[in-house]
Amino acid sequence: MQRIIKGDQVVDETWHLLPKDQTLDGISNCDDVIVPLALWLDHAHALKARDGGLGVWLDSDEPVEEIADDLQHFQVVALNFPAFTDGRHYSSARLLRERYGFKGEIRAIGDVLRDQLFYMRRCGFDAFAIRADRDPYEALEGLKDFSVAYQAAADEPLPLFRRRQV
Amino acid sequence: MYVYDQYDQHIIEDRVRQFRDQTRRYLSGELGGEEFRPLRLQNGLYIQRFAPMLRIAVPYGLLSSTQLRKLAYIARHYDKGYAHISTRTNVQFNWPELEEVPEILAELATVQMHAIQTSGNCIRNTTTDQFAGVARDELIDPRPWCEIIRQWSTFHPEFAFLPRKFKIAVNGAVSDRAAIEVHDIGLEAVKNDAGELGFRVSVGGGLGRTPIVGSFINEFLPWQHLLTYLDAILRVYNRYGRRDNKFKARIKILVKALTPEVFAERVDAEWAHLKDGPATLTDDEVQRVSRFFVDPAYRELADQDAELARLDAEHPGFARWRVRNVVAHKKPGYAAVTLSLKKTGVAPGDVTDKQLEAIADLADRYSFGEARNSHEQNMILADVEQAKLFELWQELRELGLATPNIGLLTDIICCPGGDFCSLANAKSIPIAEAIQRRFDDLDYLFDIGNLDLNISGCMNACGHHHIGHIGILGVDKKGAEFYQVSLGGSSGRDASLGQILGPSFAQEAMPDVIEKVINVYVEQRTEDEQFIDTFRRIGIEPFKERVYAANH
Repeated sequence: MQRIIKGDQVVDETWHLLPKDQTLDGISNCDDVIVPLALWLDHAHALKARDGGLGVWLDSDEPVEEIADDLQHFQVVALNFPAFTDGRHYSSARLLRERYGFKGEIRAIGDVLRDQLFYMRRCGFDAFAIRADRDPYEALEGLKDFSVAYQAAADEPLPLFRRRQV
Repeated sequence: MYVYDQYDQHIIEDRVRQFRDQTRRYLSGELGGEEFRPLRLQNGLYIQRFAPMLRIAVPYGLLSSTQLRKLAYIARHYDKGYAHISTRTNVQFNWPELEEVPEILAELATVQMHAIQTSGNCIRNTTTDQFAGVARDELIDPRPWCEIIRQWSTFHPEFAFLPRKFKIAVNGAVSDRAAIEVHDIGLEAVKNDAGELGFRVSVGGGLGRTPIVGSFINEFLPWQHLLTYLDAILRVYNRYGRRDNKFKARIKILVKALTPEVFAERVDAEWAHLKDGPATLTDDEVQRVSRFFVDPAYRELADQDAELARLDAEHPGFARWRVRNVVAHKKPGYAAVTLSLKKTGVAPGDVTDKQLEAIADLADRYSFGEARNSHEQNMILADVEQAKLFELWQELRELGLATPNIGLLTDIICCPGGDFCSLANAKSIPIAEAIQRRFDDLDYLFDIGNLDLNISGCMNACGHHHIGHIGILGVDKKGAEFYQVSLGGSSGRDASLGQILGPSFAQEAMPDVIEKVINVYVEQRTEDEQFIDTFRRIGIEPFKERVYAANH
């Protein structure tokens, strides 16, 4: 079973991340599933009627505006990093938290590595599915890279210049 | 200059620790080369032709004498005894060992320096006028704004993995010495009718493969909104800039594709959400940062025109140096002095450990302990008493830093080129030297007058060839090194990009080609007309005819 980082801990993964070409037929009623955006857009009604937990995932070129009005239906929004150098979803996470007020889990999936976790958490991610060939316990260290930050972000509403004790 | 407090210091010490661990993991094989690459680049570390190159940040070009001495120490202990000033006013070391880079960073952190975001697809070092704070034509001192931008951009969590690199420049004067219109974002301080400070904002300028002069998308951005507006621009770029093709990934391509008007609308739509939010600047913060840039303890002095004129008459060398290397200062009795790093036979922008230490001493004795780097790859002592200019000139001559060529043809901007850089198509330093040797007659150089000659070893354009009055670009032709010449570029307020003269030339031909170009200018100019103005008047054809005329 895959293990992922939630908050500051490594936990067992209980959600099923469904592939981009997933059809409605193959989905069980009771599992907790994270569906691709296209499936949600086509079958929102059926997906809402299931008993299991529901999440959605966006690829790096899929804008959060697509789901901005639907957020109350999702326990998880997963944002995919096809490569860790593709930084679009840093903006997506901040928009989900700061503009659309999403309180559920924002999970980083794909090419998710230790050295990006600090930035990700600042932008509002609170769960990290570390790439399968890496040790999630080691990756936890990445959350501690810095202890001070200049900017306001999802984790800190005020920039340092409004907090600085001179 | 800005002095770190415990927060700033903490951040760079965390960085040293982080990079030390990343390097350890890379060397032990835990971190693959492809994964380490963006991490090391965001710390200014390139793998070069012979050794790694480490680029150290010099925020908006400002250095204290303590920092200069540390750079000298690093040059001596970790490199081959010299450093290179880059066109982003940073300092580069060409020969450090990868294993020692964490130690170098730890050394730098002790003097409030670092290598953060000096490369990679992130927000780079913000640059400005090398005469900031002392220029006579200044509206406001841009340095506090540069420092505010430095802090905002340092480890900005949202913008560490942009489509491509991102460069910001700030100008606070009537002349634009910061070349803001060829930056991803250019900020020009302006005042409105009520006398309030704001910024005129240009986006989408840049050199490189597709050189473009930027478009102004906001004529007056009130200063309070500087950071939220920057956030909005960067967010639009981060989300919608192209990532499928590295050569089309700069913001200029997005601005062009959308048109500047539509891009501005997108920014405004995003900004509407951010405006007046917590990142809105406060008067307290601007004042806190500005306090680090107040005038030093100037003495009340008078201008020394008569005495300097007397010395000029006695010492023609001093007179020449004053004409080219000394500029007026806002404070009577003071002057700003440019130390030329363009002596023939030395790679443009290179400075030795001994020179760095000497410059530190001179800064302490003549200029309140500070020096600056310019994007033209020279150094500046900005606050020198006019009465001490003669004495300083004598010392600079001993050090090989008094070549009276600032702004002249031999004050060449030049990237490290194929001698060091693994991206280069061709060498650039030997071309610079060959041209400097051809134009070794000072009287003739002075007669030619203001002329920017810029050389890049490849189309990445680190040597800013597009905005040289004469630009030279190294190209690869079937494995051989050739050079393409362009004319008519300019970096000032009237920024323009050079036009290509025609087919490229072999290395040996370059001094002749430049000489022919200069001959056309000298023959065609009207009285007091500078090269760029003659070019704009007569166009490229006369130059083309002369340079490509069949040999008789």
